[in-house]
Amino acid sequence: MSKTYQSINEKIAAGKAVVLTAEEVIDYVERKGVAAAAQEVDVVTTATFGPMCSSGCFLNFGHSKPKMRITEAWINDVQAYCGIAAVDVYLGATQLRHNDPANMYHPGEFRYGGGHVIEDLVAGKKVQLFALSYGTDDYPRREIRTMVGLDDLNQAIMVNPRNCYQNYNVAVNLSDKRIYTYMGILKARMRSMTYCSAGQLSPLLNDPLYQTIGLGTSVWLAGAQGLVYAQGTQHASLVERSENGVPMEGAGTLALSGDMKKMLPDFVRGVSFKGYGVSLALGVGIPIPILNAEILKRTAVRDSEIYATVVDYAEDYPQKTGNTLGRFTYAELRSGEVELLGKKVPVTSMSSYNKALTICELLKAEIQAGRFLLSEPSQPLPAAQGMRGLQCVEPQR
Amino acid sequence: MSVTKKLYLYFPKSETEKPIVYKLVKDFDLVINIFRAKVTPEEEGYLSLDVTGEAADIERALAYLSTLEVSIYAGNKGLHWDQERCAHCGACVVHCPTGALAFADQARRQLGFTEDLCVECHACIPACPFGACTSSF
Repeated sequence: MSKTYQSINEKIAAGKAVVLTAEEVIDYVERKGVAAAAQEVDVVTTATFGPMCSSGCFLNFGHSKPKMRITEAWINDVQAYCGIAAVDVYLGATQLRHNDPANMYHPGEFRYGGGHVIEDLVAGKKVQLFALSYGTDDYPRREIRTMVGLDDLNQAIMVNPRNCYQNYNVAVNLSDKRIYTYMGILKARMRSMTYCSAGQLSPLLNDPLYQTIGLGTSVWLAGAQGLVYAQGTQHASLVERSENGVPMEGAGTLALSGDMKKMLPDFVRGVSFKGYGVSLALGVGIPIPILNAEILKRTAVRDSEIYATVVDYAEDYPQKTGNTLGRFTYAELRSGEVELLGKKVPVTSMSSYNKALTICELLKAEIQAGRFLLSEPSQPLPAAQGMRGLQCVEPQR
Repeated sequence: MSVTKKLYLYFPKSETEKPIVYKLVKDFDLVINIFRAKVTPEEEGYLSLDVTGEAADIERALAYLSTLEVSIYAGNKGLHWDQERCAHCGACVVHCPTGALAFADQARRQLGFTEDLCVECHACIPACPFGACTSSF
């Protein structure tokens, strides 16, 4: 018997839905078997928490008196994009603070930036708005400096072009010098290794062929009920996959949006990568409806069945050689040490399994309480799409 | 029975020329392990250290220190791990040489900080993207 979105939502509304986290479902399916479990389980909650650089938010400040058409704006000294309507701006997660020396004295510290402003807003702190304009007949004001908080804004809508990478590279450094990357500080001569995925909890690793997650899917975005509004940038489904259909490298991504006024501070955190820059770490939860046995079987995937590919971030990644060094399962990576090129390498993570697990549990509770319903996608994510590189050609006259 | 106690000593300008560590070794028979220190003549200074010895000797040493213009703080001042800021990603784990920062709860991958193991090397400070590790130095 297969279920429908409607029948599952009816059970959720009646408080009768059977909901398991992506961790719980593994043992459950092993105990009951796929067929029997598929009859019983209605929803599996998946989640991830980690740095997601392609994030940001649209803010509307409301109009001052007299009015102003903002052309340049800084929030806590972090510049926001103003090439849209009068008092709308877009603040990006990786924007540096004005006068940040960046990597002028390498490695830079990057203590504060766009991601931290977003964290401060969600945490209920007041931030300083400084804005300039050239002045027009209808918008005469040319300068403003004031303090605003999330409650003062008309809208604060997070719009993230690329979140929830399906899988991710595992980074090492084969050079003789320590390097500073978005995968953290990588010790020289492969004396450390960093991965960044929630593995068996991660949304798109539990729905590897995009059978339920698509455009219009309701998601838990840092506590707010948001949605998938488009395929994420660099969504590339045509990659090498294991027999279970799970990709062994980056692959799919999601573009997500949600209301910042409903977000929880614990899951919206600015991050500083020494020598690299600033970003935003975000928590995302996605419920997977168990429409049939195949979908359930895929959510029962374990860390030991999901592979990630090791890449050298000193040479192969920056130079785009395409060379890779090996593959490990997330079970091996989480053990804290793997052997590569005849060497034992300590392994660490940039993604928080702990926070992802907490999100799985929070979302499960929301669904059980009937507060979070599932939505059927209006369009699927592209299933057979590659990724282009950029050709650098001579400019045309 | 020999015990180890972690101390943080703050010296005002008036005490920076006194051979305090020498006294701790010579008069109280303590084994000293200095993690971090900055003592400059004519300026204030600090000393972050472990003292190991008989409990009674440590008591006597503390009594001696209290006769000086030295502020004594027990425990770890050199490295502070903020549990609230920690996101439990584990980025620090490969950088911590003593295992002071490690997954305390393996099942939930929850990080913990064992203060006694910390040698205040500060390797975790730049390694943490969330700014969870800070130092008073």
